[in-house]
Amino acid sequence: MTTTDTTADYSTLKLDVPEGVQTVTITRDFAATPDKVFRAHIDPELFVRWCGPDSITNTIREWNATTGGNWSYVSTDDRGEYAFFGSFHEVRKNERIVQTFTFEGFPDAVNLEILTLTDLGDGRTRLQSTSVFDSLESRDGMVASGMEHGIVEGYNKLDHLLTTQ
Amino acid sequence: MSDQLSKVFAALSDPTRRDMVARLSVADATVNELAEPYEVSLQAVSKHLKVLEDSGLVSRTRDAQRRPVHLEDNVFDLMTKWIERYQQLAEQRYQRLDDVLAQMDADEALAGADEATDDSGPGAASANGSDATSPHSTNRRSRKGA
Repeated sequence: MTTTDTTADYSTLKLDVPEGVQTVTITRDFAATPDKVFRAHIDPELFVRWCGPDSITNTIREWNATTGGNWSYVSTDDRGEYAFFGSFHEVRKNERIVQTFTFEGFPDAVNLEILTLTDLGDGRTRLQSTSVFDSLESRDGMVASGMEHGIVEGYNKLDHLLTTQ
Repeated sequence: MSDQLSKVFAALSDPTRRDMVARLSVADATVNELAEPYEVSLQAVSKHLKVLEDSGLVSRTRDAQRRPVHLEDNVFDLMTKWIERYQQLAEQRYQRLDDVLAQMDADEALAGADEATDDSGPGAASANGSDATSPHSTNRRSRKGA
């Protein structure tokens, strides 16, 4: 599979899909301090500015970004509304955010996301996000689904991501 | 409902089935029409269809002679939304975060904020700062350098 879209810069994004383990890990560097990257994740006003593309409006329903807090938001596009919710299991300033994630369309599925920030110095930060799926089938199916062109808009990015492993 | 997501993903884990879904997203089709491009038996195609049906991704009309296969958009749509939240658009998502981070620097510079905990000035934001106002810029510099 080749990709025709080379406009984006993937040089710092690494996607790790280990065989036989129900996790996906994304590693990405940012030209910003850990403090800023952290704030962009926990400040709801900042978060909605990047969590979805322009074609989607994200509306925060609940947002309590503290250890033991909860979150939920609704994504609206021209086809309908899609709600997501979960809890902030742990919020450790500038270092670590652990969240659960459920899509209301599939209420029985839940993911655990462990996000860590590492200060690289020079105003740069390495973000590592590990998603633990509730089954290997879910993990594999999601990754495989994402590798096919034409099924869902935007999928043409993924095989490119996979070649950067 | 308890395992629908896993069933949907298992159904889509096979490239032939993904291809069928892609074709059905354009129009309904009969089993024979679906089978045509593949070098597999009609029986194998029927098996694939059974998996897709069990997952809820496709349905078949019971009463018509042709019994065309129909893609259940709602299930498919749910799947899409679920995946979107994950790595399907990871790089795009993080490029939007790049832009927000650059904008944060600009906002702070404008506000003349005292960055007591951050000794980097607004100029340290990187070359991405210049495209903070164009979230879908496609002319991004390599962050890796040499």
